[in-house]
Amino acid sequence: MIVDIQRFLAAESPHWDELSAMLDRIDRDPAAPLPLEEARRFHYLYQRASTGLARLAGFPPDHPARRRLEPLVARAYAEAHSARAAGRRFRPLVWFFAEFPRTFRRRAAAFWVSLGVTLAGVLFGGLALYADQESKRVLMPFSHLMQDPAQRVQEEETAEEHRLDGGHGSFAAYLMTHNIRVSVTAMAFGLLFGLGSVVLLFYNGVMLGAVAADYILAGQTAFLAGWLLPHGSVEIPAILLAGQAGLVLGGALLGGGSPDPVRARLRAAAPDIVTLVGGVAVMLVWAGIVESFFSQYHEPVVPYWLKITFGAGELLLLTVFLAAAGRAGEGRA
Amino acid sequence: MSARLRENRLIVRTPEGVVFALPLAGPLTRFLAWLVDCGIVLAAQSALSGFLPLMGVIGADMGTAVAILLFFALNMGYGLAAEWFWRGQTVGKRLLGLRVMDAGGLRLQFSQIALRNLLRAVDILPGLYLAGGLACVLSSRAQRLGDLAANTVVVRGDRAGDIELPATVSGKYNSLRAWPHLEARLRQLVTPQEAGAALAALLRRNTLDPDARVRVFAAFAARFREKVPFPEEATFGLSDEALVRNVLDSLRGRAD
Repeated sequence: MIVDIQRFLAAESPHWDELSAMLDRIDRDPAAPLPLEEARRFHYLYQRASTGLARLAGFPPDHPARRRLEPLVARAYAEAHSARAAGRRFRPLVWFFAEFPRTFRRRAAAFWVSLGVTLAGVLFGGLALYADQESKRVLMPFSHLMQDPAQRVQEEETAEEHRLDGGHGSFAAYLMTHNIRVSVTAMAFGLLFGLGSVVLLFYNGVMLGAVAADYILAGQTAFLAGWLLPHGSVEIPAILLAGQAGLVLGGALLGGGSPDPVRARLRAAAPDIVTLVGGVAVMLVWAGIVESFFSQYHEPVVPYWLKITFGAGELLLLTVFLAAAGRAGEGRA
Repeated sequence: MSARLRENRLIVRTPEGVVFALPLAGPLTRFLAWLVDCGIVLAAQSALSGFLPLMGVIGADMGTAVAILLFFALNMGYGLAAEWFWRGQTVGKRLLGLRVMDAGGLRLQFSQIALRNLLRAVDILPGLYLAGGLACVLSSRAQRLGDLAANTVVVRGDRAGDIELPATVSGKYNSLRAWPHLEARLRQLVTPQEAGAALAALLRRNTLDPDARVRVFAAFAARFREKVPFPEEATFGLSDEALVRNVLDSLRGRAD
């Protein structure tokens, strides 16, 4: 109970200023360790400010003292009750080579759904094109894929000058940014209870299946494998992982028998979703470089066996990476 | 700990039993902050475009590649980086006094900032943030879809500065001082809520419309007179506002 507000402010303001200065210091460098004495002082000041706020409870919400103290207590509360681990310095290599694969494995169920939906799309797209060649225009809405596969292969293999010469860098940058945007969208559409991600994955699978069927039916399987595998062995799994992140988001919204409230489920899922999307972005940077600088060259410049071996090797490495990397610290994570 | 909404304010109850409330930002203020941020991004892009010819020294192709990547990083990373390094604020939010914070009042995590920014891809649909704006209007915590998923809210009122309490109460002659038994009765009968409301009115008196100011202080004075009938000598020549000021000054004697 306070009536003499000015005396109260005169007595308390120095403590609030000290708490505010301490919070500013923590804000400037959240990862810096807080010595025990300072932590004790912080705790004392937080409790004192909290008590002050409780004593101001009878004052109107827009009272200047409350307007000053409420944000201060809010900041101190967030600092006092949040895990200090949040302030640990970010270590990119540990994150990518340990945290990312661990997260992938922790959320493996969503990945299998993502893979299943994509494969269903591939099957649908392939069968649709096999059954009706005219469906090509609908299934592959890209003008450069409308061309007859055999004709394209002939043009690519006989070209004296490569169409991307002098433009590999910008093409790689375009591919990276475009594919990262698509991946973010695939994840973000998980907000529709996962359904949006499922639709995008299926559609992506349909296009992939139709393209594959088109080239296989035209007898250009080696060209197709040599063209797609070097970058596709990373790019396609990256899209699957983006879908996985979307399904994790959708799963957190749906609950799936979890006793936790939706906010707690989302809070638990958020770091995993962000880690997956971050990992996907790194994968797509690599895929963009490979697609622009390597995939676009065909025989006789680069033999197909080399491109296929390169792609298969990447896929094997990626599988081992996602399945085994970071296992050493898994128990401690 | 629990957090709930009341009257467009986020109410957080801490485990210590202390309650604090933070005003939530409305869709319009947030939209204005977003417009400012768009302006910042566009200005930065234009500045970058000015440097594009210089990038030619690393080759036209590589220069274009770097430009594409920089524009992309600026578009995708501006909000994320600003909110992380400025603890929930972008330039637009800072100008309009807004801040992103955890919906439970806890420390904002990087994953929350990243998720709410990545989910702009959905909030922006079908254009001009219609989905996000609609969600913001319909949500009890004024959250867009990205905020709902990341468990964040945007609050108004940045860190408040020093409290300016002018000598509204003390430092002036108080005619009631001559009547200690009346002061004692005032301390006994006036509740802290009444004292707080009267003080708030005094602090804001210059912002009130003249008629409203007269009416407000007349009401307070009537209330205090009703509780403690003052002799005429004590209040002679005093306006209602001066009486309220004197009553509050007399109440200062009560122990905290």
